[in-house]
Amino acid sequence: MAIEDDVVVVGGGIAGMATALSAAREGAQVRLLSHKESTLRHASGLIDVLGYADGLVADPFEAISGLPEEHPYRTVGEEGIRDGLDLLDSVTDYAGGHTDRNALVPTFGGRIKPTARYPKTSASGLASDDRDSLLVGFETVVDFDAPLAAERLSADVPFDARGVTVAFLGDFRTDARITRLAHALDENERIERTRNGISTSLPARTALAERVKPHLGDAERVGFPAMLGEERPGEVIASLEAELGADVFEVPMGPPSLPGMRLETAFHDALKDEGVRTTSGNPVVDFEGGDELEAVVVERNGAEIPFYGDQFVLATGGLVGKGIDSTRERVSEPIFDCHVPAPEDRYDWSDPEAFGEHSFARFGVETDDELRVLDADGEPEFDNLRAAGGVLGGYDFAAEKSGSGVSLSTGVVAGRIASEQVNVNP
Amino acid sequence: MSEKQADRRDAAELRDVFTGEPLDLRPGSDDCYKCSTCDTECPVAEVDDDFPGPKFQGPEQWRLKRKEDQDIDDSIMSCSNCMRCDSVCPSDVPLSGMHNTARGEYVEEEMSKFSREYIRNRILANYGRLAPLGAKFPRLANFVMGLSVTKTVYEKLLGIAGEREFPAFAEQTFTDWWEERGGNAASKKRAERNRGEEESDDKRVAYFHGDYSNFNTPEVAKSMVRVYEEFGYEVVVPEQRCSGTPMFANGMLDDAKRAAKFNIETFAALVEQGYDVICSCTSCSMALRQEYPELYSFDGTAKVAANTYEALEFLRINEDLDGALADASVPESEFGSLAYHAPCHARNQGLDGQAVELLSALDGTDPVDVGDSCSGISGTYGWKEEKYDTSMKIGEEMFEHMEDTEGETGMTECPTCAMQMNHGTGYDIRHPLEVLDAALVS
Repeated sequence: MAIEDDVVVVGGGIAGMATALSAAREGAQVRLLSHKESTLRHASGLIDVLGYADGLVADPFEAISGLPEEHPYRTVGEEGIRDGLDLLDSVTDYAGGHTDRNALVPTFGGRIKPTARYPKTSASGLASDDRDSLLVGFETVVDFDAPLAAERLSADVPFDARGVTVAFLGDFRTDARITRLAHALDENERIERTRNGISTSLPARTALAERVKPHLGDAERVGFPAMLGEERPGEVIASLEAELGADVFEVPMGPPSLPGMRLETAFHDALKDEGVRTTSGNPVVDFEGGDELEAVVVERNGAEIPFYGDQFVLATGGLVGKGIDSTRERVSEPIFDCHVPAPEDRYDWSDPEAFGEHSFARFGVETDDELRVLDADGEPEFDNLRAAGGVLGGYDFAAEKSGSGVSLSTGVVAGRIASEQVNVNP
Repeated sequence: MSEKQADRRDAAELRDVFTGEPLDLRPGSDDCYKCSTCDTECPVAEVDDDFPGPKFQGPEQWRLKRKEDQDIDDSIMSCSNCMRCDSVCPSDVPLSGMHNTARGEYVEEEMSKFSREYIRNRILANYGRLAPLGAKFPRLANFVMGLSVTKTVYEKLLGIAGEREFPAFAEQTFTDWWEERGGNAASKKRAERNRGEEESDDKRVAYFHGDYSNFNTPEVAKSMVRVYEEFGYEVVVPEQRCSGTPMFANGMLDDAKRAAKFNIETFAALVEQGYDVICSCTSCSMALRQEYPELYSFDGTAKVAANTYEALEFLRINEDLDGALADASVPESEFGSLAYHAPCHARNQGLDGQAVELLSALDGTDPVDVGDSCSGISGTYGWKEEKYDTSMKIGEEMFEHMEDTEGETGMTECPTCAMQMNHGTGYDIRHPLEVLDAALVS
């Protein structure tokens, strides 16, 4: 009589997708509800587990026991984190799995980011590698100022980093989308060039290498903003390396982020392979049920569409992802109105210092050991509602650099338990 | 609390700093933080390097327009109104609403009413007003429209792409069939018979068939009626106008408003009596659900939007459609592997996975989703001579994926996507309702 699945996951980010995959791999029929397309194109594409906890973290697994009791990592434990990373490795061909230790990836701001997994396209750029580097920016890709990034980087790394800005190839619009430029490299489109009145045309990858060669100097590796192809970055990088005689790597960028889009595609393919049913475009706004949750309700311009399930997982994100909301009076979780602990006086929600200990950064729902969402009295809000990812409280993903790791690990665990619980009490 | 703290709190209290301004698109514009995600999702920008993309057409253009000497850029006419930007914006900016408004303003203020483009667009947008003529003499009309001389004249005179085949007019329109069959009263009887003893009060739907299934593909509309009656629903078919989709897309907002007003009044009255509104075309349901409430505030607009459903969606929510299909089958020779394309407008309503999900359980067919690319025709867009190449370039990916499927039959909910699918591959294109009809009724 209705749209019905075993496990219904609310939220289409990394946490929701990891939950859905995990539950489907355990045998459940899974529905993934996502308000919009995934927000992964806002993400760097790097998979952090734990970058900072009282300073830079070298090995996240060694630092977990020192985290506060309410941190989601304490709930899922080292095993949960490893399972989360295994799931990622089964979906992508990311690098970093050879060690527990954090890799140091240069960012487009010229900083170093400690991260657990990174796209292979960034592998030659690691800061722990001491080869001299050239960073290349493009005049029209204004988010990446290569000379500035190189200058900042030089202060922190044991190698020489130089930066240069060149014009991109051909006569693309000044505000051409980054995906358009990536596409030209993917397809190796022929680029017209006029010199001394003579017009020649070169394949895009060759033309790009030609443009960079005069600046190469002693550099043994060359970093570009992460736009070296959308579908075939490996091929683009190999061509550039062959032409330049140097290693080539991508520097992760802000939105729209190609590494994020590639990660999204990898997850979507995996979800499809596992038979997960994805429904996106409209928000979940309400639910049906009492102690036991029966359905979540999606709103489509006033019409309410229930999606029934046996088990539910909330993976709607935190304050930024709109999984946690606030008014001037209170902090809330908008779908089920789950309990979200917060100081009564809203002036205690934040710290006067910009980089101080902000309470708002840790806002989120509380769970028991099985990731079931708890009410103010510490009892489950519903017998069959779990939570994963940013909607969880007790951690500050931005300060810790732990966002993806928490999403993957809690997603895997929540999805697995949800799947195990299906039809336990028919 | 110190006095200073108290002052700070007071100063921070929420207040409306834009009081007195009429309701406008400022919130949409302010919510855009220029992440450019919409631009990466735009099928036109994907193939047309000159098109500035949805972010410019929406929030940026709106801001530019705050300066009095700024006109709407003519590139707005290259937006195909696929509305994909809406479904990716993480900030809920009403992009397609902003595009519709800008396009309307451009057409109203900058396009000459005597230009070939305006006349052609007006004709295309008002297909529903002209179709009855053709439908009166379908054979003659089909013959004339199929003549190469007609196409040449249309192309030269009006700028309608000569490569396109005009859709054939049906021998009998859906509404003529409906009347001949006995109209609402006959449907009530059939539904009652199929229901048997069951209570009837809430099994009533009002069908918004749209112009295309009335004049060109009445088999889709007939399937809708038969399938709904099979489940015990009484169908009514009220008089109706075009949903407005082609008018929004061509910036003919006055035409759209007249049509919308008529439809809203008609269907709001039925919703009031307990009917739900059912569409078989996903662009029609999109118009009733999203564009009407975005652009109009006639009495009943929100009520119609909240009670409008796509045909399969409604049955899925209210009936055991999965169960019915699990016990049914269709002839494999007729359906087999169906190359399914999800229309962009279905995508926005969250309906893109539905047809494949449902019909996979049905014996005799194995629907395959051909991917998430746009078909490229976008209603009247691909009919324009100057847009034809863009339209076909956008469609390329879909054509390729369709060719990869085993059979030579396609499936989609949108009549113009169906046209494009057929045009690019030669496949016969079916509507999911026709499959349901074959499985559950015929």
